[in-house]
Amino acid sequence: MTSTARRRSYGVKGAPYAFLLPATILFTVFFALPIGYALWLSFRKVHVSGLGLGAGARSEVWAGFENYTEAFQDSEFLHGALRVLGYGCIVVPVMLGLALLFALMLDSDKVRLTSFTRLAIFLPYAIPGVVAALMWGFLYLPDVSPFYYVLEKLGLPQPNLLDGGPLYLALSNIAVWGGTGFNMIVIYTSLRSIPAEVYEAAKLDGATPLQIALKIKIPMVAPSLVLTFFFSIIATLQVFNEPTTLKPLTNSVNTSWSPLMKVYQDAFHRGDIYSAAAEATLIALATLVLSFGFLRAANRRNKQEEAA
Amino acid sequence: MPHTKRSRLVTSAVAVVLGATALTACGSGDDSKAESGPVSLTYWTWTPGMDKVVDLWNKGPGKKDKITVTAKKQAGGDTLITKILTAHKAKKAPDLVQAEYQALPTLVSNDALADISKEVGDAKSKFADGVWQQTTLGTDAVYAVPQDIGPMMFYYRADLFKKYGLKVPTTWEQFAETARALKKKAPDKALTTFSANDSGLFAGLAQQAGAKWWTTSGDKWKVAINDAATQKVAKFWGGLVKEGAIDNQPMYQPAWNKALNTGREIAWVSAVWAPGTLTTAAPDTKGKWAMAPLPQWSLDQDVTGSWGGSSTAVTTDSPHQAAAAKFAAWLNTDGDALSALAKEGGIYPASTSAQLSGAFSNPPAFFSDQADFYTKAADIAKTTAPSAWGPNVNVAYATFNDAFGAAAKNKSDFVAALNKMQDDTVADMKKQGFGVSQ
Repeated sequence: MTSTARRRSYGVKGAPYAFLLPATILFTVFFALPIGYALWLSFRKVHVSGLGLGAGARSEVWAGFENYTEAFQDSEFLHGALRVLGYGCIVVPVMLGLALLFALMLDSDKVRLTSFTRLAIFLPYAIPGVVAALMWGFLYLPDVSPFYYVLEKLGLPQPNLLDGGPLYLALSNIAVWGGTGFNMIVIYTSLRSIPAEVYEAAKLDGATPLQIALKIKIPMVAPSLVLTFFFSIIATLQVFNEPTTLKPLTNSVNTSWSPLMKVYQDAFHRGDIYSAAAEATLIALATLVLSFGFLRAANRRNKQEEAA
Repeated sequence: MPHTKRSRLVTSAVAVVLGATALTACGSGDDSKAESGPVSLTYWTWTPGMDKVVDLWNKGPGKKDKITVTAKKQAGGDTLITKILTAHKAKKAPDLVQAEYQALPTLVSNDALADISKEVGDAKSKFADGVWQQTTLGTDAVYAVPQDIGPMMFYYRADLFKKYGLKVPTTWEQFAETARALKKKAPDKALTTFSANDSGLFAGLAQQAGAKWWTTSGDKWKVAINDAATQKVAKFWGGLVKEGAIDNQPMYQPAWNKALNTGREIAWVSAVWAPGTLTTAAPDTKGKWAMAPLPQWSLDQDVTGSWGGSSTAVTTDSPHQAAAAKFAAWLNTDGDALSALAKEGGIYPASTSAQLSGAFSNPPAFFSDQADFYTKAADIAKTTAPSAWGPNVNVAYATFNDAFGAAAKNKSDFVAALNKMQDDTVADMKKQGFGVSQ
């Protein structure tokens, strides 16, 4: 083996590389190679000659940026991106707002049954996304939902939650229900790590609980807020479970409602893995730009504040 | 092997026929080696209980020929096609696969299916012409052996039809009248729904109307998804949805189950497998349903479409194509095998003789009052119109789901949705490089 030979001749110098080797191999095989392959596929396409029946009628050829230009021109892909943007504008603020509120409430001195409440709010996160979406889907369907039964008995209007604007609320609700607990725990954990002296000092200065929350607690958990925001953006851009599970229940969710659903549709229903690879690359790029862009912006602000 | 000659032949103008010959040559070359010694085959299928049917083979004819088959349960439909094509890319597809008829051109176009005309050609007489033709794609090759079929029928709640004084429609015009009459008598009920979540239903209805979505001439495909016949079907259903005579909710979801179970929807245009679906979707309505032939477009006609059905195919990756073809033929033509398939898998056989065999002497439990259910079904199956599938049915179907889903929801123009289906399908074929004539 060459590696052993090298290790012997370089002695201790080779040791770091030997330690790096497992990680490098794992990174290459399970990370770099698949991504590289997806990138490679995104520049390829299939070419069929004539009727395409019989041996050798189908070949893979170089496509250049064709798949990418098509993805950009595909109105369905862009609409999907817009839909997800709208969905994210509801999910992220509502979910993080609730998470922060719950964390602050749990952290205040007057709350009882803290551990039970914490668990109760966290529990939906432990429920698989598909199960949650299915459960909510049933609750949204007028014919089988107990809510609609009650609304009907009370003679109240029964909104159609699986169509138009309310559909966004319905989908967001599932994500908020499932994600709030996790984000709350992250924020709550960082709240608990604030030293008690800080609060004592604030109280001595005559700060009310509300002032403590707004002026001390929130600024001090800002890093966790940034982190949860970062996670939420990524999760939103990759929304797939909820709309896919609700799709059979309504005509309003189509097969390419979100960009990721379009990738799935192209790869596994249309059998066009090349376009799917290009779209997946675009989604990955958008995710990178948005999430790291946000992180940089947040860091820059932090630094400015520190300097000031 | 004359490899270059073969590829040159394939690309020539008469690609279909010659391509088929090339495949045969390839197949038979491998077969001669495979004839001796024990052979073990893998079979991807989604039919429930297939392992028991395969056991019959392994203990009977398979034992004699030293051909052992292992059935591997798979998810059905498009997912399996993708899986087969992925495996085929690695030259690792199983020997035998179950494939829906409309998927055969896609598989053949990917060179995944072997021509088994030499081995199973004799089985042709066991099947209706329209069914067999789907496995040949109109060429001299045979790419699969038909297993089950889904001739379409009209299912209705006999008790509620009586209650509301409705007559079983024999034409589509009467069908529309029946829907309107029911709305008048009971506004909260609907005759049925137009669902956009199963493209097979619409394809079957178009097929009944005489549509031929994909045809070939020379080395070019002709796509006619928005032909006059299909437009007629689209206009008909779009009209009913628009005027509110029927529902527009998708099928196979809790609300639909409830509508059927509580009698809010009192009829269903479906296929021979409907009793199974109704048993789970509407358990409280057992014995209340009846089956009739599909309404016709004109009184002097007697045709139906097909919705569902599948075949057994041998892959080009199989090193034992002849042995695999032998099993495929046995599975779908042997009396014992078909009885077991009907019993264990609940399939409705494509083989015409099996349609009236012992397994089908009694009506399905859900239709216990209709003693002649299967005799009637066999008669209807004979009237199945030929179908014409192309190499990107998946694309057409995916567009159908979205375009007709939106049209049904908005109660808008179904013909516009149909045109989108046509345009997307043609665009996809052109993008891939298929020869397409306008």
